[in-house]
Amino acid sequence: MAIEDLVPSEYSAGFITDVDSETIAPGLDESVVRFISAKKSEPGWLTDWRIKAYEYWRQQTPPTWAHVHFPEVDFEAISYYSAPKKAGEGPASLDDVDPELIRTYEKLGIPLHEQETLAGVEKKTPVAVDVVFDSVSITTTFKDKLAEAGVIFCPISEAVRSHPELVQKYLGSVVPQRDNFYAALNSAVFSDGSFVYIPQGVRCPMELSTYFRINAQNTGQFERTLIIAEKGSYVSYLEGCTAPMRDENQLHAAVVELIALEDAEIKYSTVQNWYPGDKNGKGGIYNFVTKRGACRGARSKISWTQVETGSAITWKYPSVVLRGDDSVGEFYSVALTNNYQQADTGTKMIHLGRNTRSTIISKGISAGKSQNSYRGLVRTSPAAHGARNYTQCDSLLIGSESGAHTFPYIENMNPNAIIEHEATTSKVSDDQLFLCQQRGIDPEKAVSMIVNGFCKDVFRELPMEFAVEAGKLLEVSLEGAVG
Amino acid sequence: MNLLEIQDLHVRVADQLILKGLNLTVEKGSVHAIMGPNGSGKSTLASVLAGKPGYEIESGEIFLDGELLNDVKPEVRAQRGVFLAFQYPVEIPGVSNMEFLKAALDNIAAARGNQPANTVEFMKQVRSIAKTLDLNPEFLKRGVNEGFSGGEKKRNEILQLLLLNPHLAVLDETDSGLDIDALQVVAGGINHYRNTDNGVLLITHYPRLLDHIVPDRVHVLADGVIVRSGDKTLALELEDKGYAWLTD
Repeated sequence: MAIEDLVPSEYSAGFITDVDSETIAPGLDESVVRFISAKKSEPGWLTDWRIKAYEYWRQQTPPTWAHVHFPEVDFEAISYYSAPKKAGEGPASLDDVDPELIRTYEKLGIPLHEQETLAGVEKKTPVAVDVVFDSVSITTTFKDKLAEAGVIFCPISEAVRSHPELVQKYLGSVVPQRDNFYAALNSAVFSDGSFVYIPQGVRCPMELSTYFRINAQNTGQFERTLIIAEKGSYVSYLEGCTAPMRDENQLHAAVVELIALEDAEIKYSTVQNWYPGDKNGKGGIYNFVTKRGACRGARSKISWTQVETGSAITWKYPSVVLRGDDSVGEFYSVALTNNYQQADTGTKMIHLGRNTRSTIISKGISAGKSQNSYRGLVRTSPAAHGARNYTQCDSLLIGSESGAHTFPYIENMNPNAIIEHEATTSKVSDDQLFLCQQRGIDPEKAVSMIVNGFCKDVFRELPMEFAVEAGKLLEVSLEGAVG
Repeated sequence: MNLLEIQDLHVRVADQLILKGLNLTVEKGSVHAIMGPNGSGKSTLASVLAGKPGYEIESGEIFLDGELLNDVKPEVRAQRGVFLAFQYPVEIPGVSNMEFLKAALDNIAAARGNQPANTVEFMKQVRSIAKTLDLNPEFLKRGVNEGFSGGEKKRNEILQLLLLNPHLAVLDETDSGLDIDALQVVAGGINHYRNTDNGVLLITHYPRLLDHIVPDRVHVLADGVIVRSGDKTLALELEDKGYAWLTD
């Protein structure tokens, strides 16, 4: 038995929900942008904002610098809006939600009823969930309890109406419309996503979470998330995602913006499990995402933790702009690719303020015929006196047909900044596997144990609820990785 | 019934025939020492008993407790009670020793239809074994063999032996690279493991280990076959004369 004998993993979230949806015809022009904006009853300024983004996007071409290869996306073949029919303006309570949808989330282990907790979690800490199905938010739990603490947690389409001043002030302030091709596309057609506002001095009383699901065929999902943490506040936010198994590729182009003011802290965790395609590389999600946080205030902190196991192609660099003095940025990442998956992921840490610090821990695991790249930028400006960065970048290869690549960029413009970079590449060896087998452990469990050990530094950073989940997910994604 | 029975075993490694008709019987409650010059096939014997990939049985049979072992997967052999103490234990970074030991114990228990060990009891047991082997409990939290000295790695193998308590212990040059104090600790562990129901196959290059673990039988392996068997006095003879007189 050798670790080269790879067989595909089972994707348990791959089912399709039969729900009556309103889906617009494929293709993108100004009328589609206006349709989406009208559908959400948006104010004029936002419609204009979208149109500007669209006009910019129209003149751009997709980026090609990432170490990923795929046929050109036909943006005219994608439908830019799909919503389950009954949702309409958004259901007033869970009773209005299509029971078929509730069953969908039950199957995925996502609690829509407030008395339930996330699947597999024994700890009875409630988690508030915003549930996004294709282009709309289905429901948000624990809204009332959060409101008592002054926390706003709602679909962004709702926030546009209920808190326009906050949305207008911060939307696009971290990721501008023209930031990149996919961010521009998202700005033009984003349909839903979560909005979070934590008032000054408030420690959010529970974990907030958004669960994204793509269901409809030939549609893209373009959600937009905006999180604002006022002075001295704290929030931990979790994000999960799945999609049905379909033969064609589907586009997911999200934008996430985080703003941390003085002494505020945002912890953002992702478990990304979009459909990765089948064992021959057919189908799967194109995950082209722009995530960025701004540490605007002194001593603020933004921490990204991601566990990326899904998607056919991942193109994603959750970043932190460290503007406030003494602010802290962190990036902890596990990216696992199997079969024909391709991942090009990493981070950017932009040091602008004094004594700003950043930590990057990246763990890439490549199995099958997959390609896994780390791409990271550490930049210090001339004003960033005393800036420090520590980067550790480890790759683990399973079998002999996968690839691991590291593209670190360092742009240091401050002579007294300290930047450290460490990188390793290792292989799950036949000898390690044999040691485990000789102690009675079957090879699949052994590989999962070895990979989990490799990822320990990152899993430690995940909230309890997700750490368990992430471990299980790795096990499933590697299922049959040894035969 | 004999614990281990090897009949006319021929083993090929990468196109080269290494074992060329080896016969060996290990009774319950006994310690057999396998000695021999470098390249005689000692480690191949250990590997093929454990079912290591790449060691191809060309002909011959291996029986454990009367059951044919030839085509049994390595993990199933372990579950049935074959234990190999490695000559060069590999490192598994990030997987703590404690976690690894629990996984091993639980998998073996599950294969035998038993419940997994109670975690608290398990940890107590591991700590107490570690103490007898003079191993700092701190090392149980470290990655498997990660950053261990040669002596620590060998003592860690004996810790696994005592915890898993197999039917047949195959010790592949466990004495190599040990100073005299460590050798005594390791030998003490092996002697502690011995009982009337299990057996030990002690593969060693140096007779000095046999001062600490007294074998019932000593076999000399040369060019893939056993050329001489005897009692413990054979080891003393080898110490005096070397191997040349047997292999010429």
